[in-house]
Amino acid sequence: MDLVQMQKSLQDYTKSLFLEGILDSQFLQLQQLQDESNPDFVSQVVTLFFQDSDRILNDLSLSLDQQVVDFKKVDPHVHQLKGSSSSIGAQRVKNACVVFRSFCEQQNVEACHRCLQQVKQEYYLVKNRLETLFKLEQQIVASGGMIPPVELGF
Amino acid sequence: MAEVLLPRKMEIPNDPSKFGSPDPLHVLAVDDSHVDRKFIERLLRVSSCKVTVVDSATRALQYLGLDVEEKSVGFEDLKVNLIMTDYSMPGMTGYELLKKIKESSAFRQVPVVIMSSENILPRIDRCLEEGAEDFLLKPVKLSDVKRLRDSLMKVEDLSFTKSIQKRELETENVYPVHSQLKRAKI
Repeated sequence: MDLVQMQKSLQDYTKSLFLEGILDSQFLQLQQLQDESNPDFVSQVVTLFFQDSDRILNDLSLSLDQQVVDFKKVDPHVHQLKGSSSSIGAQRVKNACVVFRSFCEQQNVEACHRCLQQVKQEYYLVKNRLETLFKLEQQIVASGGMIPPVELGF
Repeated sequence: MAEVLLPRKMEIPNDPSKFGSPDPLHVLAVDDSHVDRKFIERLLRVSSCKVTVVDSATRALQYLGLDVEEKSVGFEDLKVNLIMTDYSMPGMTGYELLKKIKESSAFRQVPVVIMSSENILPRIDRCLEEGAEDFLLKPVKLSDVKRLRDSLMKVEDLSFTKSIQKRELETENVYPVHSQLKRAKI
């Protein structure tokens, strides 16, 4: 694949993530903060998100598996995850967290288990897609090309 | 979303060393989220601010010298132009941090902005009543930061202009205008 084709693929791929609602405009904000002086800003923030999320999801699994679920522990974790997913534009993860929190408030253990599965699903999805996106970017850069600017009109 | 309150409550900083062009604004950002710390730091750097980021209210108090119970004074020589803090933090909240800052003699005039992912009206009211300069909904936008910076720069410029005017007035008192005119006639 030549450079122009790779750049077009990246643009199409990025667009699809927005159209599917996996990412929202906050992700565009992140991309706009990236420049020559900070060329890895987006991947750095996203990497922090992955690290935080892995830890939180692990803690949530443990908390929900207890005999007696301590919702005072569960809710702050979900709140944290909601916050960080919102900050990077991982819309579907954020929305799943909102639902999760409402069931925490109701102290509904079964529903919370289902919510956790949903959050995990959305998280692995966005993680997978973003990792693919970064790979596409790396291929372009490795071929001596520039990452095409983000198109806002779609 | 809350609008920026123009700093009517802010007193003009009486800083005699400020005779050159204004220094970049120094912002202290407080957030327990790793992702949000990285994000706010970048927003502030892009807006030409000097940034210090800490991960808790306790560390913020340490940085300001307000962590010692007996004195609510703080480090007098530390120049912080703005404090931006997350509301929900484990341990001490941003609201509690706001109160401590407003109780200190060294930093009570420093504008404090609260950031929160939750749009809870009573929370916003409480923070503004306690003296918060503004309340920003997360994720914070670059336009929010630039707006804050611009309103603070106006105050800094005003302070700079006033200190020049003050110096000019003081010079005139030594050589009053009418006596200068008299001397000129001769």
